[in-house]
Amino acid sequence: MPVAGDPPVWRKRTTGRSLALWFGWLLGLAAFLWCWSIISEATTWFFVWDAPRIAGDIWDRATPPRWSYVAQLGRPIWDTLNIATLGTLIALALAVPVAFLAARNTTPSRLLVRPVALLIIVSTRSINSLIWALLLIAIIGPGVFAGVVAIAIRSIGFCAKLLYEAIEEIDTGQVEAIEATGASRLQTLAYGIFPQIAPAFAGIAVFRWDINIRESTVLGLVGAGGIGLQLQGSLNTLAWPQVALILLVILAAVVISEWVSAKVRGAII
Amino acid sequence: MSDAPREIDALLGTRWRRPPLIRRRWLRWTVLAGFAAYLVAAVATIPVDWGRVYEGLDRGAAFVAAFLTPDFASRWTDIWNGMVESIVMTVAASVVGIAVSIPIGLGAARNVAPLPVYLVCRAIVAVSRALQEIIVAILLVAIFGFGPLAGFLTLSFATIGFLSKLLAEDIEAMDRAQAEAIRATGARWTQWIEYGVRPQVMPRLIGLSMYRVDINFRESAILGLVGAGGIGATLNTAFDRYEYDTAAAILILIIGIVMALEYLSGLVRGWVQ
Repeated sequence: MPVAGDPPVWRKRTTGRSLALWFGWLLGLAAFLWCWSIISEATTWFFVWDAPRIAGDIWDRATPPRWSYVAQLGRPIWDTLNIATLGTLIALALAVPVAFLAARNTTPSRLLVRPVALLIIVSTRSINSLIWALLLIAIIGPGVFAGVVAIAIRSIGFCAKLLYEAIEEIDTGQVEAIEATGASRLQTLAYGIFPQIAPAFAGIAVFRWDINIRESTVLGLVGAGGIGLQLQGSLNTLAWPQVALILLVILAAVVISEWVSAKVRGAII
Repeated sequence: MSDAPREIDALLGTRWRRPPLIRRRWLRWTVLAGFAAYLVAAVATIPVDWGRVYEGLDRGAAFVAAFLTPDFASRWTDIWNGMVESIVMTVAASVVGIAVSIPIGLGAARNVAPLPVYLVCRAIVAVSRALQEIIVAILLVAIFGFGPLAGFLTLSFATIGFLSKLLAEDIEAMDRAQAEAIRATGARWTQWIEYGVRPQVMPRLIGLSMYRVDINFRESAILGLVGAGGIGATLNTAFDRYEYDTAAAILILIIGIVMALEYLSGLVRGWVQ
């Protein structure tokens, strides 16, 4: 049976929708160009055109790395490891109660307690550990201790957020079964809820530890201990071969910690 | 009849105990002892000047008080300029970063890209992920000079590593049947990507992009510490001058913007999924 006229060609969108889409793209492009113009205004383009030469110059100065300097890096690396590990442990200890207060199914009060717990989570999470370190150095003085506390505070929100999401997804049947045996609230927590979130908890702990190793390598830039102190000192004295070596050591630390965390997570989950 | 209770005991068996995490006893104790030894060594090597900490409590209290009475007014022009610069860097770097990470993400997915392209793209992703923002910023400031251009490049570079990796993993985990159905209609490679792959990964790509915008803003707040533009320089100056009320005002603004971005990204994610 012949069809009158051309059959309509299939199209992904209606005309109105594709117009709206184009308009959206146009607005986005305009916003981007406006942002770019501000950046461009604040830039000294002469230095930018000169950049390849400067980069080559820095490369010449930084190679070869000063390998003998590695002997002085033992203690800073140990400090960095401690900042990350102790910071993660403190953060986990504080994050567990916050997570239970923030999860919809375990919080004592949705109207009073939950918003406070959520505020703790969002405010500790949205401020970078370097800023926490700056603040703590002003308060308790420079050193490794400020670094540990900075990492701990920064990690509370992250761990508590992931943990409370895990708590909200638990199977209520198991909890009810424990409650039916006449268990107290604390016993329900220990035998009904905790076993269900234990794998998530271990995963979060190792994941955050890995991130914290990265972050603690640079905390020294503001004076909070660890290998970043050596980096800052070498940068200030323009000792580029030392900078190159420190960057290599940091890179190695990051790769190793990522490898360890992947192994541990693979073993747990 | 007298030994009935014992029979009940025998029937009931031993008291149930929670199974340990590590079954082998010697391994369990070795791990525990090793960990305890490490903790002792770690805590022992951290020098804490408790007198200094005690003195600091006053300043800590002053800072908490400053949070309740933040001072937006006296350094408002500095705060405003810093915030605008941070936001501008975030927007520009997110746009460029997302635009660049889509082709690299496609290239880093083994089921879409040929092996040489795959290896090159994976290498780019690995380099970008291994270097932290602040270190990249230090190097770029040394090369390009102070200012937001270095921050913009840093954030773009970091976005590429983050987004390409997650996008590539998403593409590798996609449903093959849909993509094959498009291919069976005789579609070109570009059409195959557009109609077979893109619809499957788009919702997640949008969600991840929103999340990355959020991260980029948070990172842009610290780039100023090394001279790469943004609010960080103002914040650092406020701390150096012990102007806690100004610092508190900046931190409140950062928290507010991050909360708004999170809310927005929740809306967008709900809308695309």
